[in-house]
Amino acid sequence: MPVVDLEVTSLRDFNQMLHGLGDGTNETYFRVINPRGRHAIAAGIDAAVTVEIDGNAGYYCAGMNKQATVIINGSAGVGVAENMMSGSVRVKGDASASAGAAGCGGLLVIDGNASGRCGISARGIEIVVKGSVGHMSAFMAQAGTLVVLGDAGEALGDSIYEARLFVRGEVKSLGSDCIEKPISDGHKDKLGKLLEEAGMGGEVDLSEFRRFGSGRTLYHFHMDNLGAY
Amino acid sequence: MCGIVGLFLKNKALEPELGSLMAKMLGTMCDRGPDSAGFAIYGSGNREHVKLTLRAASADTDFAALAKKVEAAIGAPVTVETHATHAVFKLPTASEDKARQAIEGSSCGVKVVGAGTRMELYKEVGRPDAVAKRFDLAHMAGSHAIAHTRMATESAVTTDGAHPFSTGRDQCLVHNGSLSNHNGLRRQLERKGLHFETENDTEVAAGYLTWRMSEGASLGEALQKSLTDLDGFYTFVVGTENGFGVLRDPIACKPAVMAETDDYVAFGSEYRALAGLPGIDKAKVWEPEPATVYFWEHH
Repeated sequence: MPVVDLEVTSLRDFNQMLHGLGDGTNETYFRVINPRGRHAIAAGIDAAVTVEIDGNAGYYCAGMNKQATVIINGSAGVGVAENMMSGSVRVKGDASASAGAAGCGGLLVIDGNASGRCGISARGIEIVVKGSVGHMSAFMAQAGTLVVLGDAGEALGDSIYEARLFVRGEVKSLGSDCIEKPISDGHKDKLGKLLEEAGMGGEVDLSEFRRFGSGRTLYHFHMDNLGAY
Repeated sequence: MCGIVGLFLKNKALEPELGSLMAKMLGTMCDRGPDSAGFAIYGSGNREHVKLTLRAASADTDFAALAKKVEAAIGAPVTVETHATHAVFKLPTASEDKARQAIEGSSCGVKVVGAGTRMELYKEVGRPDAVAKRFDLAHMAGSHAIAHTRMATESAVTTDGAHPFSTGRDQCLVHNGSLSNHNGLRRQLERKGLHFETENDTEVAAGYLTWRMSEGASLGEALQKSLTDLDGFYTFVVGTENGFGVLRDPIACKPAVMAETDDYVAFGSEYRALAGLPGIDKAKVWEPEPATVYFWEHH
């Protein structure tokens, strides 16, 4: 079980080593100590390994992740798991702005709160936030799911395409073309499975969630919508 | 991009270490702003005396000789503390106007860049860690301080364009972001009698706050008003005699992280700046909300 002390090993060397791991690697677990808010820790992994980070991570932690499981025992800076393709990222503390930005796949779980623009431009990533999310979350989100057990800030889902949003608490306001939609048993099943995958199965009553999505009025240019573009 | 750090001590026992803690915080933000740096530090002081921070064009300036001229003009002793191109003159508050006239009249190219009971204000072009070393920030003491590393976008890399900007007695402002309506606002403020030294957008924000306060607003009210009158991206940190305040624009475009323990409240553009503070592992760490005025003060 390699322990990587970032006060001793350079972050560039550590990331380079992670990038060199191929399928069937014998080293499958790394513990990182002294992250001290460094940027791009464990970014760009493409191997089925687990990286556990003890402390607070800086910007773009676990960005572009493929296959790997990255656990942050602390908080994460801007753009955690941005552009994730597959695998999973768990933040035990809070996440800063743009968590899961432009993610194509995989699961991002945030035990604390996420700041503004959580899930911005999501393209298939699934995000579960146990706390609340800030303003403009799921802005221009194209595909994927954002589940918020707490509240959502201003302009949720502004200019959203086809991502699905589930919020259990209050929504301060909806962004342009984001509307509330009925929640069917099928949606609840999927929501329940996702929460189970996120390790929160049975913790909350699924009937407390509301669903939001695209009103599909901004897809094509329309003169009457000029003010909303 | 720019970097901001701030530290407000709740535990008086840490006051001798303020400068060394700030120097480390400032050093981590070098790559957010390598063009210039500056800081305001709030040390000891009393109502009977005013501290004038003077800035000269070169480090060869004979501040001791200038102090003698000021002493002769005001008929009272002046204490001088020199830090490279800057010096702090401490003199009786009642003699401030006469002292300023003597300094301006000496035509030695020295400017008064800050005034107050406790505030000292230093800034210079160059890498932030080198600037901190030049002024020997690591050996300064005080109750709180704010500092800035600049990556210039809206105006030239000059000492005048470096932050902090003084907004009044014992008050200063640092800014990360860029304002888009600063030219129009500068013209409006100039019509109201304000004078600006640079084309810098932050100087306009500082001038705006000064003007609001001259109209009777408190600093908190002035910051609140700036949410409607300033257009652009900003995270502001303002220093006051007793504490500091934080304001982010309504979409929180620029980063901000805060940490609080029983000993201090700290601000950093990134968590990296806070990572070396004592007890940070147990601190409450959070991001200030957009469009919300925060203040921490000693009462």
